[in-house]
Amino acid sequence: MSSAIEVAGLTKRYDDRTVVDAIDFSVGHGECFGILGPNGAGKTTTLEMIEGLRRPDGGSVSVLGSSPWPRDTTLLRRIGVQLQASAFIEHLSAIQQLHTVTDLYGVPTARAVEVLAQVGLADAADRDVDALSGGQRQRLSIACALVHHPEVLFLDEPSAGLDPVSRHNLWDVVRSVRSDDTTVVITTHHMDEAEQLCDRVAIMDRGEILAIDTPAELVRQLDAPTRLMLPPDAMSIDDARHIDGVESVEHDAGALTLVTRRAADSIQALAAVGSLDGLQVRSGTLEDVFITLTGRHLGDQAEETA
Amino acid sequence: MRAWWSLSKAMFKGLLADKTALFFYFLFPLMFLVLFGLLLGSSTTSKVTIGVTGDGPLIRALPAKVVTTKHYDTFASAVDAVRKGDIPAAISERGDVVELRYSATDQVAAGTVQGIVQSVVGEANVQVSGRPPQFTVRAAQVEDESFQPIQYLTSGLLAWAIAMSAAFGAAMNLVIWRRNQVLRRLRMSPVSPAAVVGARIGVSLVVAIAQAAVFIGVAMTPAFGLQLRGSWWLALPLLVAGTLAFLAIGLLVGSFARTEEAASAAVNLIVLPMAFLSGVFFPIDGMPDWVQDVSWLMPMRHLSSGLLDVLVRDATIGSVLVPMGVLLGFAAVVTLIATRVFSWDT
Repeated sequence: MSSAIEVAGLTKRYDDRTVVDAIDFSVGHGECFGILGPNGAGKTTTLEMIEGLRRPDGGSVSVLGSSPWPRDTTLLRRIGVQLQASAFIEHLSAIQQLHTVTDLYGVPTARAVEVLAQVGLADAADRDVDALSGGQRQRLSIACALVHHPEVLFLDEPSAGLDPVSRHNLWDVVRSVRSDDTTVVITTHHMDEAEQLCDRVAIMDRGEILAIDTPAELVRQLDAPTRLMLPPDAMSIDDARHIDGVESVEHDAGALTLVTRRAADSIQALAAVGSLDGLQVRSGTLEDVFITLTGRHLGDQAEETA
Repeated sequence: MRAWWSLSKAMFKGLLADKTALFFYFLFPLMFLVLFGLLLGSSTTSKVTIGVTGDGPLIRALPAKVVTTKHYDTFASAVDAVRKGDIPAAISERGDVVELRYSATDQVAAGTVQGIVQSVVGEANVQVSGRPPQFTVRAAQVEDESFQPIQYLTSGLLAWAIAMSAAFGAAMNLVIWRRNQVLRRLRMSPVSPAAVVGARIGVSLVVAIAQAAVFIGVAMTPAFGLQLRGSWWLALPLLVAGTLAFLAIGLLVGSFARTEEAASAAVNLIVLPMAFLSGVFFPIDGMPDWVQDVSWLMPMRHLSSGLLDVLVRDATIGSVLVPMGVLLGFAAVVTLIATRVFSWDT
């Protein structure tokens, strides 16, 4: 088996709207693969078709060599799906949820405590699920997906509704999972999440995949300039224009921005003038890649295709 | 097996935490039992009351089993009471004449009183004449098929309670788990649908047996005085069949209902009219013929009459087979429809 997941010509239509339009990609074993796009791009529908929750209207999906549709319990034992934070049985504590999952998968009961510790919820084991915070519920949700040592883990917008600290905690959990050689597929509309976690990223918008590559390569192909941001009163605009390598200068109440394609030279020139205080360097990001490909921001809602 | 046990425990825990459900499955029908049981007592009809002024041999000859006499000081006040509708008739014995005044509003009671008084007077005439009467009446009691109120109340209300808990339990469970995506979690695990449905069946059966124990226990207290026949243990297989039939209705509603409100409304719409048409609250014998015929289409009628047979009449296994067959057949058909309509997700 060469790939963990193979997707070819995958299509899904609702009424006369094509939400997923003949997309192709493959995911290698042990890889962390991200699908990055705005809300409404078709990411969740794509993931649901790969998980076997929805039936494709066209194309094919293969997960670990099998088709996920119709429901295949042998394959289900080998994949883990993180569900949204409400998918817990009422009136059970965190550890009781996990015990139920160990029973559903037929794995040793001891896995519940192990996986709870893995996601950092050991202290909250006996707390009722309703008493957990949003971040804790997301981590419990991942725990439920890990109980049975899946070979492939699916995460759909795993940091939705989380504060920054919780998001970073969650990323740590995902990184720890990867050390087990688990294949991970993530959908997200946060570029930093894709950049931080994923080996390769597919940029998706309006049902189509526009680019697939490593985050670094996607940005490199942009040939985007680096933006050097200084405090607004660091120097005059004129002086800024004369710094080595600077192509243009932007000035507003918040910052003085020097746009350059020779970042090293420009930074050296700034150092020579002694103006490195408060410097922020912003290179091309996946957001820039998205804007270049679509003309819109990741935060925008995808417009409905006719 | 582990999955079935685990899901059963989870469902049971959910039930115990749901105070509203516990109220509606146990306390609510029990309230009806107590209320109706006390109201209706052990008699089916009440005696006729006749207002009486003075005394005399004819008045004393009125049959005490059927007639209650109420004394008035003057005949005028007794007639006044008739006019007001307090009593259906009033009599006064004056020498050889019995003055009888009756009300036009309650024809049946008035006719009953006239009949009784005429027969008392006629009997007295025959005795006084000394001649042997030409016509005689031979009266004997037939085998009585009618029941004491507590008997049909217990079986009827128990059937209703079982129907409610089985149908609501299954429907709400399904809808809630679909809405909060627990069903999706189950679908994405290797669990079999049989384990999920089996867990629901197990929990509903435990509830049904508990309901039966509580109901029959209360009905057997001296206040209500229900006496069980030897065939009462046949109620168990009947309970199982009844639970399955109404669980199937719950599964059907839960398969297509999207919200708890819709599920609740749908179950009520099915179970409540069925309860009225099955003779649960009012004895079915008192209803028009067409209602009695239609009632045999209702699974609840079969359940309640089956329970009546095994609890109160000496029933054989044979007499339980028909209601069980109907209930199980109903369960099978409705479950089949439910599986066609079922969806894991909203």
